[in-house]
Amino acid sequence: MMLAPVQRIGRVGVFLGRLLLQCGPALLRPRAVVHQVFNAGARSLIIIMLCGLFVGMVLGLQGFDLLQRFGSEDALGVAAALGLLKELGPVVTALLFAGRAGTSLTSEIGLMRATDQLTAMEIMAVDPLRHVVAPRFLGGLIAMPLLVAIFNLVGLFGAQLIGVQLLGVDPGAFWSQMQSAVELDDVVEGIVKSLCFGVACSLIAVFEGYNAEPTAAGVGLATTRTVVISSVLTLLIDYMLTAAFLGR
Amino acid sequence: MKPQRSLEVGTGLFVLLGFAALFFLTTQLPGSGLQFGADSGYRVTAKFDNIGDLKAGSPVSMAGVRIGRVEAVSFDANDYRAVATLRIDPQFDRIPDDSDASVQTQGLLGGKYIGIGPGGSDTFLKDGGQIEFTQSAIVLESLVNKFFANFASKGSEGAAEATASGSSEEGK
Repeated sequence: MMLAPVQRIGRVGVFLGRLLLQCGPALLRPRAVVHQVFNAGARSLIIIMLCGLFVGMVLGLQGFDLLQRFGSEDALGVAAALGLLKELGPVVTALLFAGRAGTSLTSEIGLMRATDQLTAMEIMAVDPLRHVVAPRFLGGLIAMPLLVAIFNLVGLFGAQLIGVQLLGVDPGAFWSQMQSAVELDDVVEGIVKSLCFGVACSLIAVFEGYNAEPTAAGVGLATTRTVVISSVLTLLIDYMLTAAFLGR
Repeated sequence: MKPQRSLEVGTGLFVLLGFAALFFLTTQLPGSGLQFGADSGYRVTAKFDNIGDLKAGSPVSMAGVRIGRVEAVSFDANDYRAVATLRIDPQFDRIPDDSDASVQTQGLLGGKYIGIGPGGSDTFLKDGGQIEFTQSAIVLESLVNKFFANFASKGSEGAAEATASGSSEEGK
């Protein structure tokens, strides 16, 4: 009974190993991967941009309110840029990704499992890992850093909209302080985080779908688990990566 | 054929947009990040005894208006002073050559910048010129130290005298 969670973690590990072996051959058929980049990335674009805008606007309001007490509201650009680049961009995008793209991956693969499509492939000696799972995994992996970059950019625009246009922060100070305070390392930290979240969220989504119980209820359960596990894992990995980057 | 094509166009647009955003974040946001294209304008240098935490990319302003930025900060080993190379935007080409430069702070906690006060000369700064009159950064810690040193020496002269002269000192 106690061993079940441990066994599950082990199965995810074995699954990841087998999946990575199939990623090379899957890249030889780029059309399938492109299709999945479209599904995971381009279709999430609107929700990512909308959420990025609102997160940036809230950062502008809250940051201004806090910084104003110290008379240094010129630092709003720094606060917004660092907050978005290092934390909010990657984390919020990963959470949205789990809800928007992860669930559709899980239910799609789970439904293939439930309707015996995956079994049929195996009987025809076609590896479903290579032809179904690997392109979806790669698509999510490629889409995530791009989504995070777009989220950050729209978020900065939102913060600028509130800070400069509405609350009257000097636009020159906003951008120049941001540029002097943000290092290339901060941008790289965000990209590393988004890559790790991309691996985690895509892996959980395809794993849960591939191993879903082949019933209607099983697919529903697997979809729920994708969201829960991806979200928790994202926040856990975020803490560890932040600690690692700060400890350097 | 039609849906396949719109899919590819959509994906292409998404990937282009994503890489454009990545490109902006890595090149435009960090002041010390990758720089593309040479800046226009002309260079002048200024030597300071102490520049505080002035960095490359900090603004150069005159009367509170940004007229350029600090391009590089280096150290002159001969006279132990810091050399700041300033790049002034080309439209501000009428700065008198006896102007003074000082390291100032934006707000209480803000970053350092160089403020230029105009001189009265009829000749203007040119590319490669040097600003002779400079004023160093005010280091808050040394000010605080000086204040407490004064305070301590005053205190040692005698508590009674200090309290007696306290009101007249404040009056000055």
